[in-house]
Amino acid sequence: MTHLPYVVASYSLFVLLALGLVVSTSLRLRLATRRLRAIDPRAKDAA
Amino acid sequence: MDASSTLPSLPARRAPGRSLHRFANPGRFLRLAARVQPWLTWPALLITAAGLLGGLFLSPADYQQGDAVRIMYVHVPAAWLASSGYAALAAASFVSIVWRHPLADLAAAEIGPVGAAVTALCLATGSLWGKPMWGTWWVWDARLTSVLVLFFLYVGHMMLVRAFDDPERGYRAGAILALIGAVDLPIIKYSVNWWNTLHQPASITLTGAPTISGSLLWPLALSTLGITLGFWAVVTARLRAAVMERRIRGLLSAQAAAA
Repeated sequence: MTHLPYVVASYSLFVLLALGLVVSTSLRLRLATRRLRAIDPRAKDAA
Repeated sequence: MDASSTLPSLPARRAPGRSLHRFANPGRFLRLAARVQPWLTWPALLITAAGLLGGLFLSPADYQQGDAVRIMYVHVPAAWLASSGYAALAAASFVSIVWRHPLADLAAAEIGPVGAAVTALCLATGSLWGKPMWGTWWVWDARLTSVLVLFFLYVGHMMLVRAFDDPERGYRAGAILALIGAVDLPIIKYSVNWWNTLHQPASITLTGAPTISGSLLWPLALSTLGITLGFWAVVTARLRAAVMERRIRGLLSAQAAAA
C-alpha cells in the first residue's frame, strides 16, 4: 500500500467534513426547535 | 334536481407554481420535512458505511493505480454532488425568481454552504488522487479549473445572499448569480470531451455500459447513493432550522410591534 497516506487523508477529510456538517446542523436545528417552542406553543407538532 | 350536483367534480388543474405554494406554509413544510428526515438520515449512514467499507476492504486494488483507486469512493460522490447540488441551487433560484416562492429562497441559501463543502472535498480528494497518479497536486486543465470556478460560484452565492440588510435583495441577487453560474455545469461535464485534459473522461454514462469493473462499481454505487442521501439529509435539516428561525424572527417582531 504505497499510496496509503493519500487514501487515509482522503477518507479523513470526508469524515471530518461530514462530522462538521452533521454536528453544526444538529446544534442549529436543536436550538431553533427549542426557541420556537418557547415562543410559539403551536410549534410542538410542526417541529 | 340540478344535474350538476350529481356529477363528480373533476380535479382542478393546478399550475406548478400554485401546487408548490402549498409548501410555503411553514407548519406544513416542517411537518413533512420532520417525517422525511429519518428516511434520509438513517439510510444515508448505513449505505455510506457499506459503500466506504466495501471500497476500502472488499473491492480489489486497480491493476494500474493500485490502492489509490480507493480515493474514488469519496471523490466521485463529492464530484457528483458538487454539480447536482449546484443544479438544485439553480433550480431553487429559478423557482424563487419566477414564482417568488419563499421556501425556494431558503433552500438556495441552505444548499449553498453544503454544496461548497462537497466541492471543496472534491477538489481536495482530486488533488490527493492526482499527486500519486499524475505526479502533481494541481494542473490548470479544463475539468479541474471548471470545478474550481464552481467552488467560487458557491462561495460567491453564500456571500451575496448574506451581503444585504434586506434579505429579499440578497436572495434576488444570489438567484441571479446562481442562474448565470449554471453555465459552468455543462462545461464541467463536457470539459473532458471538448479539451485535452489530464483528467480522464467519464467511466459511467447514461447511454453506454460502464467502463469500470463490477467489483469496483458496487462500492462506488453504494457510496454515491449513501453520500447523496446524506447531502439531502443535511440540507433538509438546515432548511427546517432556517424555516424555524424565520418564524421566530417574525413572531418576535410581531410581539415587539404589539408591545
